Amino acid sequence: MKRVPAPPDRQPDSFAFTAENVEAANQIIAKYPPRRQASAVMPLLDLAQRQHRNWLPQAAMNMVAEMLEMPRIRVYEVATFYTMYNLAPVGEHFVQICTTTPCWLRGSDDVVAACKNKLGIELGETTADGKFTVIEVECLGACVNAPMVQINDDYYEDLTAESTAAVLDALAKGERPKVGPQSERHASEPAGGPTTLHEFTQTDSRGEG
Amino acid sequence: MPTLTINGQEIEVEANTTVLQAAEELGIQIPRFCYHDRLSIAGNCRMCLVEMEGPPKPIASCAMPVGEGMVIHTNSEVAVKAQKGAMEFLLINHPLDCPICDQGGECDLQDQAVAFGRGDSRFTEHKRAVKDKYLGPLIATSMTRCITCTRCVRFATEIAGVEELGATFRGEETEIGNYIEEALTSELSGNLVDVCPVGALTNQAYAFNARPWELRKTESIDVHDAVGCNIRIDCRGAEVLRVLPRLHEDVNEEWLSDRSRYAVDGLARQRLDQPYVRLDGKLKPASWDAAFAAIKARMDGLDGGRMAAIAGDMADVEAMLALKELFTALGSANLDCRQDGAKIGGKHRGGYLFNTSIAGIEDADALLLVGVNPRWEATLVNARIRKRWLRGGLAIGVIGGVSGPGDDLTYKYDYLGAGPATLAEIANGSHAFAKVLADAERPMIVLGSGAVARDDGAAVLDLAHRVADQGGMITDEWNGFNILHRAASRVGGLDLGFLPGQGGRDVAGIVDGAGKGEIDLIWLLGADEIDMAGLGQAFVVYQGHHGDAGAHRADVILPGAAYTEKDATWVNTEGRVQLGRRAAYPPGEAREDWTILRAFSAVVDQPLPYDNLAQLRQHMVEAVPGLGAVDEVGPGEMGAFGVAGEVGGAPFESPVTDYYLANAICRASPVMAECSRLYLGGEEATGTDG
Repeated sequence: MKRVPAPPDRQPDSFAFTAENVEAANQIIAKYPPRRQASAVMPLLDLAQRQHRNWLPQAAMNMVAEMLEMPRIRVYEVATFYTMYNLAPVGEHFVQICTTTPCWLRGSDDVVAACKNKLGIELGETTADGKFTVIEVECLGACVNAPMVQINDDYYEDLTAESTAAVLDALAKGERPKVGPQSERHASEPAGGPTTLHEFTQTDSRGEG
Repeated sequence: MPTLTINGQEIEVEANTTVLQAAEELGIQIPRFCYHDRLSIAGNCRMCLVEMEGPPKPIASCAMPVGEGMVIHTNSEVAVKAQKGAMEFLLINHPLDCPICDQGGECDLQDQAVAFGRGDSRFTEHKRAVKDKYLGPLIATSMTRCITCTRCVRFATEIAGVEELGATFRGEETEIGNYIEEALTSELSGNLVDVCPVGALTNQAYAFNARPWELRKTESIDVHDAVGCNIRIDCRGAEVLRVLPRLHEDVNEEWLSDRSRYAVDGLARQRLDQPYVRLDGKLKPASWDAAFAAIKARMDGLDGGRMAAIAGDMADVEAMLALKELFTALGSANLDCRQDGAKIGGKHRGGYLFNTSIAGIEDADALLLVGVNPRWEATLVNARIRKRWLRGGLAIGVIGGVSGPGDDLTYKYDYLGAGPATLAEIANGSHAFAKVLADAERPMIVLGSGAVARDDGAAVLDLAHRVADQGGMITDEWNGFNILHRAASRVGGLDLGFLPGQGGRDVAGIVDGAGKGEIDLIWLLGADEIDMAGLGQAFVVYQGHHGDAGAHRADVILPGAAYTEKDATWVNTEGRVQLGRRAAYPPGEAREDWTILRAFSAVVDQPLPYDNLAQLRQHMVEAVPGLGAVDEVGPGEMGAFGVAGEVGGAPFESPVTDYYLANAICRASPVMAECSRLYLGGEEATGTDG
């Protein structure tokens, strides 16, 4: 899907890091050798996006360019290349549904339908209250727990239409639902429990006893 | 030196040569889009794929360095199939709009598609479309045609030194542009049109005007600055439609500055196309005879010492010679070709030339710029400095000429100071930069034309000469003393000695004399940059091509030819003699300038001794033998020049306040006016302005 930057009237005039983020940015920059500070462009853009309601205005890119003493266009190139930088405002909960083959085989169509039904929006849209944005993305690397969605920094896995709706409901109420598999299983263990190394897994090797 | 075999031919080439360059040496054409021999290698268009024995896959010849014993096939089945495949992919998203594309007829993609592509396309899906970008008033964009070769990005970054273009987004959505929809801030931006191999970036001013095969092409010389860029003038009928750069490795390489390229629309406006005579305070059209008679009437009985002639910044050598000889015959010694009042000239040619030569900049290892902003005064000299600077190991010091240490010259420099005091410190060795110059093997100093045009110009010249001497800049093999002119006519005029004769007045003296009533007649040969209001009651003859300041003040106007309309000689800032050629005839009754002077000389019974250009040129070479050495350059003879004296405290300022409106042709050009408004008028450049 083509990403469209926010139009000028939705772009803030200026952007500045908070005091804590200035500190964090300086720590990131210090990781790189002198005169190689442009290497810090990606973590700094991420920092800016996190500070700015999960999207990256042009003013923030300009500020990062200034901080790293690099031409603005080089920052625009990075920010537009990587799809995880949002160039336009998104909802408070940014729902990225994986629809690549493994998730699709395991029922991502149901997950998409559940999101559409629950939120009343199409893919790529934001709810009127600004709470949710739903988009479809390529593989997020959690195929073993397919189908799955990423909402902000959290993965919700082993989804069904019902569990998807439940997650969205909880988020809408301001709760933070349990992260990870929404099924019974733990992490990416086989569904129904371990099939090998029984004795080993009876012990506390799982860290939970 | 590795030896390799290409298509069965063996060739030995320098190490670090690429396969594509080696093939070129053999005269074997390999198709390419992203490769450009003056830009870094990108290797992203894949058009130059060839077969190399050994590796299983074809290689990109532009990016593959040669190796000993390599065997390359550029026309084998594998190579041809690879090239056809690359072409088919490039054409997938390229619109089939050649009939309405300005690049048609001179398009690399068009030509190579015919030579190396398939006859048809197998692609039936939707083509991509890309929104056009705003890059300023000079460049028209049609970004759907872009094949993302990134030549423009590399040109802007490397040659022009403005990192404003890039490739945003990715994959099929990759777009070339500056992302922000603002005009490019480069005075070399017109070259993007030349480097673009397709019709994505085209010349806005020439848009939909003509096809290349309709144009009459004339190879000539540019006169908008003193660099003497080699150009090709494209005309249809009498109209100059565009100007393109022409390759000259030692002058402009293959680039051209925006003013030289885009001011040509000024050639069709504000033209003086018939003689005028001022009657009752108003300029009235007149015949040549009436105009000459009016001048003769004023001249009759006038002592030569009460007449004066000033040559303008674009005057050609032939016209200046004719004017000088005419006025000498009339008994006047009041001649000057230095409108700006520069305190230079004389028998030591080294004292007013760019002795190092433009190509010589590439050998320098330390550079001191004094009172000059080369970016605006000689754009392609600046590009050459940047080229040298990029290679590393060039220390650059700047004294004045720029607005301050933050002024962008497209390279980094040390801002040493603003005025002559800093130069004096370097001259007496007390400044740290003096040591930089002394330690350098081939240091050079560049003195701006503005720095020697001040009241203390002669002392500044002397000071710079001393810096050159003490810095070891002048040896048998190296001459690092340079004056950077900005007027195309200046060196030619100085070579001719178009200077005050015995007891004659210089420009300031002429203007002053006219104001006081001591000069009664002034002949301006295209001179528009003097103080017209100060000429008092003097009778002014303006011989030139544009209705600018000089024509407004004139009592008689003699319509002359612009640089595109005459076979004429110019000498660039290096002292390189170059021949401009007539691309079109002057409009209306306007004539080539030397012929006007020849005709008038007969009216006043002082006929000049030449009736055609060949005779004039022969006469010219007899008078100044150096003018016969076309396209030759070497350091000028050094000697005593400048006058030791007190230098003032005023900072050096560049004389170019508006690059886009620097001469009469530019001031008549709507495109230049738009650029001036946009870039220098302080108005915000946005897409809505376009």
